[in-house]
Amino acid sequence: MKYGLRAQHAPVASAEECNVTIVEEARDSAPTAIPVEIGKPRGGPRDRRTLRKDSWWQSPTVTVVILSTFVGYSTFAAFQGRNYYVGSGRHRNLLSPFYSPCMTHACVAGSHPLGIWFQFWQFSPALLVLIIPLGLRLTCYYYRKAYYRAFWQSPPACAVADGHARYTGETRFPLVWQNIHRYFFFLAFFLNIILTIDAIEAFRLPGEGVGMTIGTIFLLVNAALLWMYSSSCHSFRHICGGNLNEFSKHRIRYRIWKIVTPLNARHMQIAWTSLVVVGLTDLYVRLVAAGVFTDPKIFVVH
Amino acid sequence: MAGVPPKDSGKPETGNVTDDPAAGDEEGMALSEGVTEKEAVGEAEGEGMTEKEATAQVKGVAGAEVGGVGSSEDAGASEEPPETEQVTMKVWRGDPSGGAFVDYVLPRVEGEVVLDVVHRLQATQAHDLAARWNCKAGKCGSCSAEINGKPCLMCMTRMEELPGDTVTVAPMKTFPIIRDLVTDVTFNFVMARQIPAFRPKEPEPDGTYRMQQIDVNRIQEFHKCIECFLCQDVCHVIRDHEVNKLYYAGPRFFVRAAVLEMHPLDTIDRRDLLKEHLGLGFCNITKCCTEVCPEHIHITDNAIIPLKERVADSAYDPVAWLGRKIRGRRKARALEVLELAPAHAAPTSDDLRPAMATQDESGESASRDSAGAPDRSDGGNAGGEHGNNTGG
Repeated sequence: MKYGLRAQHAPVASAEECNVTIVEEARDSAPTAIPVEIGKPRGGPRDRRTLRKDSWWQSPTVTVVILSTFVGYSTFAAFQGRNYYVGSGRHRNLLSPFYSPCMTHACVAGSHPLGIWFQFWQFSPALLVLIIPLGLRLTCYYYRKAYYRAFWQSPPACAVADGHARYTGETRFPLVWQNIHRYFFFLAFFLNIILTIDAIEAFRLPGEGVGMTIGTIFLLVNAALLWMYSSSCHSFRHICGGNLNEFSKHRIRYRIWKIVTPLNARHMQIAWTSLVVVGLTDLYVRLVAAGVFTDPKIFVVH
Repeated sequence: MAGVPPKDSGKPETGNVTDDPAAGDEEGMALSEGVTEKEAVGEAEGEGMTEKEATAQVKGVAGAEVGGVGSSEDAGASEEPPETEQVTMKVWRGDPSGGAFVDYVLPRVEGEVVLDVVHRLQATQAHDLAARWNCKAGKCGSCSAEINGKPCLMCMTRMEELPGDTVTVAPMKTFPIIRDLVTDVTFNFVMARQIPAFRPKEPEPDGTYRMQQIDVNRIQEFHKCIECFLCQDVCHVIRDHEVNKLYYAGPRFFVRAAVLEMHPLDTIDRRDLLKEHLGLGFCNITKCCTEVCPEHIHITDNAIIPLKERVADSAYDPVAWLGRKIRGRRKARALEVLELAPAHAAPTSDDLRPAMATQDESGESASRDSAGAPDRSDGGNAGGEHGNNTGG
């Protein structure tokens, strides 16, 4: 079966030997099919999904379980609209990362240091905030691999047949929008600053002085991991120096790129760790705010 | 000959033939032509051996004296101890007209790689088994196959690292089959020609080019590519959706494009070419190419994703677009370069044919043939750009 623009004429003799049809005027319009011949018989059994004998299904299964659990929990937490802030009544200043920055009129007292910016918003404040981390992780190069494999089965594992008969990748709507990852990175950068301020604010224990609690540690670790996640981002690696061809003329950007590159190699591990920790941080704040237990103090300076 | 499909039908005439590589581990032993296992055991018993010893020896050495492709070192069967562990090799036998897995039972030999076993099969049981190989050191990229379903080099896959007593060896699925384990990888050479070659900027006043090491460190990783095409084979974009071959170059050529695109002296901008013609957008970065690369090139993280980001700069980022408008274009667009020098006009190995013919006339062909140089007179591309050695 031959495809391609004007693929039926102008074959060159030598090309016929390697079953390639050369096209004389192949570039009349874009996109142009490259003149290769397809549809010839291929080796191996055609009716088997894979010849792999190992447990290739384990990794996508684990991904489905963890991501589904996180999405289920975060959906619940985002729509609940309460128990996201532990305030002066409990001598703490802990704000869930799902609700920070809290900027709608529904935010409880003390949880909106930046002020009320979105008076019109009638729903849970988290739904406004979570657009940024959701967009960042949805378009993240690592998570794309994870969910394309685990959920979309495209492919479920290497050398295992694709779960779909047709495939256009990220060339068309909606997946072509994965290219806006860098913009979510910039927004997440802003969010990281806010969450870092939250973590510092958590050292303030209203009515008791300044100190550290388990909740403070959660917020600190969460902020640090989110910084690491952003810093190891492929888009950041590109922006900070990857788009250069002559590092020798941009020494500072080269140094940043050199720092980011080894982090980028661990992007997967950092992505999973930060995902779990951000969920646990919200859970911890939620349980303390609901009065399930008291946030234990590590030290206090009066 | 037992266990080998006749060429006309593509189906094995005897032997343990199955489409299911998980089945039929027990028997499948084939002996050299004209000698049955029973006769061979009888001869051995006549030399004073017990029946058990004779049977084991016959199973180990059957056909070894026939010779074939493997050297005595490759065959190694005559050095086998009488009692040895057996392994069943399920090897795909066939051609474009069809094929099936054929079982071959043979003794394990410590330290062997899959290619050694294939050579032992060629020497003992399957003299016409076709397999492409050259260096046996993981550097020529010729012996790519799918072992237990995973794309890898036969010469770099150790037998003791493969679990179980059965090993499946199949040809690369993405490319058309020529015969047995040999595939036609012409697709890759067509794709290679679509990418405009390196075109350096003007030399410095003293007539030289200068680069600093930090400028080229990054692309030196990509130069490790041995063109085994395992990344092309495993890429689901063309493996499972063959129609995409018309629009998608594949990971190997994204690595090639990255080498050129990141080169400090190059003057061609290939981003529009990558987006519009070479199908970079088809890649959904599932990293299988990185997983199978025998040279451990970080194809996805260091080549494809940086290229995707560069394409995003050029096609999807309004801020970057504005910056480019202000600064002006510094490189020639690859599509314009291709207009001047179309891909189909690029030289290929076919252009060497007159020179090779001249050498043939001067009597040098004999030495080349004995060295295993590819013979493309079969109309296929069995030799391809790599060395070729087919059994029989």
